[in-house]
Amino acid sequence: MTERFVTRGFVGRRSSGGPEDVASRIPPGQYITRDFPVLSAGPTPRTPLEQWTFTIQGLVKQPLSWSWQEFQALPAREWTVDISCVTKWTKLDMHWRGVSVDTLLEGVEIDDRAAFMIAWSDGGYTTNLPLPDVLNGQAFVAYEYDGAPLAPEHGGPARLVVPARYFWKSAKWIRGIRLQAEDEPGFWESLGYHNRGDQWREERYSGD
Amino acid sequence: MATDVTTHDLMLDGNAVAGLLADLFGADVTVVPAKCATCGEVNAMGALHAYVRAPGSVLRCPICGAVMMRIVQTDRATRIEMRGIAYFRFERSGG
Repeated sequence: MTERFVTRGFVGRRSSGGPEDVASRIPPGQYITRDFPVLSAGPTPRTPLEQWTFTIQGLVKQPLSWSWQEFQALPAREWTVDISCVTKWTKLDMHWRGVSVDTLLEGVEIDDRAAFMIAWSDGGYTTNLPLPDVLNGQAFVAYEYDGAPLAPEHGGPARLVVPARYFWKSAKWIRGIRLQAEDEPGFWESLGYHNRGDQWREERYSGD
Repeated sequence: MATDVTTHDLMLDGNAVAGLLADLFGADVTVVPAKCATCGEVNAMGALHAYVRAPGSVLRCPICGAVMMRIVQTDRATRIEMRGIAYFRFERSGG
Protein backbone atom coordinates (compact mmCIF):
# COMPACT_ATOMS: atom_id res chain seq x y z
CA MET A 1 0.00 0.00 0.00
CA THR A 2 1.47 3.30 -1.03
CA GLU A 3 -0.29 6.41 -0.02
CA ARG A 4 1.29 9.81 -0.23
CA PHE A 5 0.52 11.77 2.87
CA VAL A 6 1.90 15.27 3.24
CA THR A 7 1.66 16.37 6.81
CA ARG A 8 3.25 19.76 6.99
CA GLY A 9 -0.17 20.97 7.95
CA PHE A 10 0.54 19.85 11.53
CA VAL A 11 2.28 23.08 12.23
CA GLY A 12 -0.10 25.14 10.16
CA ARG A 13 1.09 28.48 8.92
CA ARG A 14 2.10 27.60 5.41
CA SER A 15 0.47 27.56 2.05
CA SER A 16 2.11 27.45 -1.34
CA GLY A 17 5.73 26.84 -0.35
CA GLY A 18 7.26 29.93 -1.91
CA PRO A 19 10.25 31.64 -0.31
CA GLU A 20 7.98 33.97 1.60
CA ASP A 21 6.42 30.95 3.25
CA VAL A 22 9.66 29.46 4.50
CA ALA A 23 9.99 32.00 7.27
CA SER A 24 6.53 31.13 8.50
CA ARG A 25 7.60 27.51 8.84
CA ILE A 26 10.46 28.25 11.22
CA PRO A 27 9.43 28.01 14.87
CA PRO A 28 10.65 30.78 17.22
CA GLY A 29 14.35 30.67 18.04
CA GLN A 30 15.16 28.12 15.32
CA TYR A 31 17.39 28.30 12.24
CA ILE A 32 17.21 26.29 9.02
CA THR A 33 19.74 23.55 8.36
CA ARG A 34 20.24 21.51 5.22
CA ASP A 35 22.21 18.84 7.08
CA PHE A 36 20.70 16.12 9.16
CA PRO A 37 22.60 16.54 12.44
CA VAL A 38 23.18 13.48 14.59
CA LEU A 39 22.55 13.81 18.30
CA SER A 40 22.92 10.95 20.70
CA ALA A 41 22.99 10.33 24.44
CA GLY A 42 24.78 7.03 24.09
CA PRO A 43 26.30 4.44 21.80
CA THR A 44 24.39 3.50 18.66
CA PRO A 45 22.57 0.20 19.25
CA ARG A 46 22.95 -2.48 16.58
CA THR A 47 20.12 -4.88 17.20
CA PRO A 48 19.99 -7.50 14.43
CA LEU A 49 16.69 -7.34 12.55
CA GLU A 50 15.97 -11.00 13.30
CA GLN A 51 16.02 -10.09 17.00
CA TRP A 52 14.11 -6.84 16.63
CA THR A 53 10.54 -6.65 17.90
CA PHE A 54 8.06 -3.85 18.43
CA THR A 55 5.81 -4.21 21.44
CA ILE A 56 2.66 -2.49 22.65
CA GLN A 57 2.07 -3.06 26.33
CA GLY A 58 0.67 -1.45 29.44
CA LEU A 59 -3.01 -0.56 29.59
CA VAL A 60 -4.12 -2.78 26.74
CA LYS A 61 -6.29 -5.86 26.98
CA GLN A 62 -3.65 -8.02 25.31
CA PRO A 63 -0.04 -6.92 24.73
CA LEU A 64 1.09 -7.17 21.13
CA SER A 65 4.48 -7.72 19.54
CA TRP A 66 5.58 -7.66 15.92
CA SER A 67 8.75 -9.09 14.42
CA TRP A 68 10.64 -6.93 11.91
CA GLN A 69 9.07 -8.88 9.06
CA GLU A 70 5.59 -8.48 10.50
CA PHE A 71 6.17 -4.79 11.10
CA GLN A 72 7.16 -4.31 7.46
CA ALA A 73 3.85 -5.87 6.43
CA LEU A 74 1.80 -3.26 8.31
CA PRO A 75 0.15 -0.53 6.23
CA ALA A 76 2.79 2.17 5.75
CA ARG A 77 2.85 5.48 3.99
CA GLU A 78 5.07 8.38 3.01
CA TRP A 79 5.31 11.44 5.22
CA THR A 80 6.83 14.82 4.41
CA VAL A 81 7.30 16.86 7.54
CA ASP A 82 9.33 19.71 9.04
CA ILE A 83 11.43 18.76 12.03
CA SER A 84 12.73 21.02 14.81
CA CYS A 85 15.39 20.04 17.33
CA VAL A 86 15.62 21.74 20.72
CA THR A 87 19.27 22.48 19.89
CA LYS A 88 17.72 25.02 17.50
CA TRP A 89 17.99 23.49 14.04
CA THR A 90 14.93 23.06 11.85
CA LYS A 91 14.95 20.94 8.73
CA LEU A 92 12.15 21.35 6.21
CA ASP A 93 10.46 18.73 4.05
CA MET A 94 11.98 15.60 5.51
CA HIS A 95 10.75 12.51 3.67
CA TRP A 96 9.99 9.42 5.69
CA ARG A 97 8.18 6.15 5.29
CA GLY A 98 6.59 4.46 8.24
CA VAL A 99 3.54 3.26 10.12
CA SER A 100 1.24 5.65 11.94
CA VAL A 101 0.74 5.19 15.67
CA ASP A 102 -2.98 4.95 14.87
CA THR A 103 -2.32 1.88 12.77
CA LEU A 104 -0.18 0.34 15.51
CA LEU A 105 -2.87 0.88 18.11
CA GLU A 106 -5.56 -0.65 15.89
CA GLY A 107 -4.13 -4.01 16.87
CA VAL A 108 -4.89 -3.65 20.56
CA GLU A 109 -7.86 -2.94 22.75
CA ILE A 110 -6.96 0.13 24.78
CA ASP A 111 -8.04 0.42 28.39
CA ASP A 112 -10.13 3.52 29.09
CA ARG A 113 -7.61 4.64 31.71
CA ALA A 114 -4.76 4.92 29.19
CA ALA A 115 -3.83 8.59 28.85
CA PHE A 116 -0.08 8.61 28.17
CA MET A 117 2.30 6.82 25.85
CA ILE A 118 5.85 6.03 26.92
CA ALA A 119 8.14 5.27 23.99
CA TRP A 120 11.14 3.14 24.92
CA SER A 121 14.22 2.31 22.92
CA ASP A 122 17.23 0.10 22.65
CA GLY A 123 19.87 1.61 24.89
CA GLY A 124 17.41 2.67 27.59
CA TYR A 125 16.08 5.95 26.17
CA THR A 126 12.49 6.89 26.96
CA THR A 127 10.18 9.78 26.14
CA ASN A 128 6.62 10.51 27.19
CA LEU A 129 3.67 11.85 25.21
CA PRO A 130 -0.03 12.30 26.00
CA LEU A 131 -2.03 9.86 23.87
CA PRO A 132 -4.08 12.62 22.17
CA ASP A 133 -0.79 14.11 20.91
CA VAL A 134 0.16 10.99 18.93
CA LEU A 135 -3.21 9.99 17.45
CA ASN A 136 -4.94 11.11 14.24
CA GLY A 137 -1.83 11.04 12.10
CA GLN A 138 0.34 13.08 14.44
CA ALA A 139 3.02 10.42 15.00
CA PHE A 140 4.53 7.49 13.17
CA VAL A 141 7.26 4.90 13.43
CA ALA A 142 9.62 5.47 10.51
CA TYR A 143 11.96 2.91 8.98
CA GLU A 144 12.91 4.75 5.78
CA TYR A 145 14.35 8.20 5.31
CA ASP A 146 14.75 9.78 1.87
CA GLY A 147 13.94 6.50 0.16
CA ALA A 148 16.53 4.39 1.98
CA PRO A 149 16.50 2.30 5.14
CA LEU A 150 16.84 4.57 8.16
CA ALA A 151 20.54 4.70 9.10
CA PRO A 152 21.50 3.53 12.61
CA GLU A 153 22.85 6.95 13.60
CA HIS A 154 19.48 8.46 12.75
CA GLY A 155 17.61 5.90 14.82
CA GLY A 156 17.39 2.96 12.46
CA PRO A 157 16.10 0.40 12.06
CA ALA A 158 13.07 2.34 13.30
CA ARG A 159 12.38 5.54 15.16
CA LEU A 160 9.37 7.39 16.40
CA VAL A 161 8.63 10.67 14.58
CA VAL A 162 6.41 13.30 16.19
CA PRO A 163 6.75 16.35 13.92
CA ALA A 164 4.78 18.74 16.13
CA ARG A 165 7.20 18.35 19.04
CA TYR A 166 10.91 18.97 19.49
CA PHE A 167 12.86 16.10 18.02
CA TRP A 168 13.96 14.56 21.35
CA LYS A 169 10.36 13.25 21.52
CA SER A 170 11.02 11.32 18.29
CA ALA A 171 12.77 8.45 20.04
CA LYS A 172 15.53 6.79 18.01
CA TRP A 173 15.81 2.98 18.04
CA ILE A 174 12.26 2.63 19.29
CA ARG A 175 11.29 -0.89 20.36
CA GLY A 176 7.92 -0.36 21.88
CA ILE A 177 5.30 1.80 23.48
CA ARG A 178 3.68 1.47 26.87
CA LEU A 179 0.28 2.94 27.60
CA GLN A 180 -0.21 4.31 31.10
CA ALA A 181 -2.79 6.16 33.18
CA GLU A 182 -0.09 8.32 34.75
CA ASP A 183 2.48 10.47 33.00
CA GLU A 184 6.14 9.52 33.43
CA PRO A 185 8.80 12.03 32.34
CA GLY A 186 11.35 10.46 30.01
CA PHE A 187 15.14 10.70 29.67
CA TRP A 188 15.31 14.44 28.99
CA GLU A 189 11.93 15.47 30.39
CA SER A 190 13.09 14.25 33.83
CA LEU A 191 16.09 16.59 33.83
CA GLY A 192 14.88 20.03 32.92
CA TYR A 193 13.41 19.70 29.46
CA HIS A 194 9.78 20.60 28.90
CA ASN A 195 7.25 17.86 29.42
CA ARG A 196 5.33 18.69 26.24
CA GLY A 197 8.00 20.27 24.01
CA ASP A 198 5.85 22.13 21.46
CA GLN A 199 8.31 24.02 19.24
CA TRP A 200 5.71 26.59 18.18
CA ARG A 201 5.30 27.60 21.82
CA GLU A 202 9.07 27.33 22.29
CA GLU A 203 8.62 24.86 25.13
CA ARG A 204 12.30 23.97 25.55
CA TYR A 205 12.67 23.79 29.31
CA SER A 206 10.50 23.02 32.29
CA GLY A 207 9.11 25.96 34.24
CA ASP A 208 11.90 26.66 36.72
CA MET B 1 21.88 11.53 2.23
CA ALA B 2 25.32 10.14 2.84
CA THR B 3 26.05 9.94 6.49
CA ASP B 4 28.81 7.98 8.10
CA VAL B 5 28.62 8.76 11.74
CA THR B 6 29.82 6.11 14.10
CA THR B 7 29.60 5.87 17.84
CA HIS B 8 33.22 6.95 17.95
CA ASP B 9 32.37 10.25 16.28
CA LEU B 10 29.79 10.92 18.95
CA MET B 11 31.72 9.64 21.95
CA LEU B 12 34.33 11.69 23.77
CA ASP B 13 35.82 11.19 27.22
CA GLY B 14 35.03 12.90 30.48
CA ASN B 15 37.60 15.59 29.81
CA ALA B 16 35.11 17.02 27.32
CA VAL B 17 33.06 18.33 30.22
CA ALA B 18 36.03 19.13 32.48
CA GLY B 19 35.48 22.88 32.26
CA LEU B 20 31.80 22.61 33.02
CA LEU B 21 32.43 20.28 35.96
CA ALA B 22 35.19 22.53 37.30
CA ASP B 23 32.78 25.46 37.23
CA LEU B 24 30.16 23.47 39.11
CA PHE B 25 32.36 21.64 41.62
CA GLY B 26 34.93 24.37 42.06
CA ALA B 27 37.77 21.98 41.32
CA ASP B 28 39.18 19.83 38.57
CA VAL B 29 37.46 16.48 39.02
CA THR B 30 38.79 14.72 35.94
CA VAL B 31 41.25 12.75 38.09
CA VAL B 32 38.71 11.97 40.79
CA PRO B 33 37.71 8.28 40.83
CA ALA B 34 34.00 7.57 40.65
CA LYS B 35 32.35 4.23 41.28
CA CYS B 36 29.67 3.09 38.84
CA ALA B 37 26.46 2.39 40.76
CA THR B 38 25.50 -0.21 38.16
CA CYS B 39 28.57 -2.44 37.79
CA GLY B 40 30.79 -1.25 40.63
CA GLU B 41 33.84 -0.44 38.52
CA VAL B 42 35.87 2.59 39.55
CA ASN B 43 37.17 4.99 36.89
CA ALA B 44 38.51 8.52 36.91
CA MET B 45 35.85 11.02 35.84
CA GLY B 46 38.02 11.95 32.87
CA ALA B 47 37.96 8.34 31.67
CA LEU B 48 34.17 8.11 31.47
CA HIS B 49 32.56 8.05 28.05
CA ALA B 50 30.99 11.41 27.27
CA TYR B 51 28.14 12.09 24.84
CA VAL B 52 27.83 15.83 24.46
CA ARG B 53 26.12 16.13 21.05
CA ALA B 54 22.71 15.89 22.62
CA PRO B 55 20.23 18.09 24.49
CA GLY B 56 22.51 17.59 27.50
CA SER B 57 25.77 15.87 28.38
CA VAL B 58 25.76 12.21 29.36
CA LEU B 59 28.68 10.48 31.07
CA ARG B 60 28.68 6.72 30.87
CA CYS B 61 30.66 3.97 32.55
CA PRO B 62 33.42 2.84 30.15
CA ILE B 63 32.98 -0.73 31.40
CA CYS B 64 29.22 -1.37 31.40
CA GLY B 65 27.86 1.64 29.49
CA ALA B 66 25.40 2.66 32.19
CA VAL B 67 24.61 6.34 32.60
CA MET B 68 26.64 7.70 35.53
CA MET B 69 26.00 11.42 35.23
CA ARG B 70 23.67 13.64 33.21
CA ILE B 71 24.06 17.38 32.89
CA VAL B 72 21.43 19.69 31.44
CA GLN B 73 21.89 23.41 31.15
CA THR B 74 18.68 25.31 30.68
CA ASP B 75 18.25 29.04 30.38
CA ARG B 76 17.96 29.38 34.16
CA ALA B 77 19.89 26.56 35.77
CA THR B 78 22.21 23.62 35.44
CA ARG B 79 21.01 20.24 36.63
CA ILE B 80 23.35 17.36 37.38
CA GLU B 81 21.94 13.92 38.00
CA MET B 82 24.32 11.44 39.62
CA ARG B 83 22.14 8.46 40.39
CA GLY B 84 24.54 6.31 38.43
CA ILE B 85 27.49 7.15 40.67
CA ALA B 86 27.88 5.20 43.93
CA TYR B 87 30.61 7.51 45.21
CA PHE B 88 33.49 9.83 44.38
CA ARG B 89 36.82 9.22 46.06
CA PHE B 90 38.75 12.34 47.03
CA GLU B 91 42.32 11.95 48.25
CA ARG B 92 43.06 13.60 51.61
CA SER B 93 46.07 15.80 51.38
CA GLY B 94 48.94 14.41 53.43
CA GLY B 95 46.98 11.19 54.06
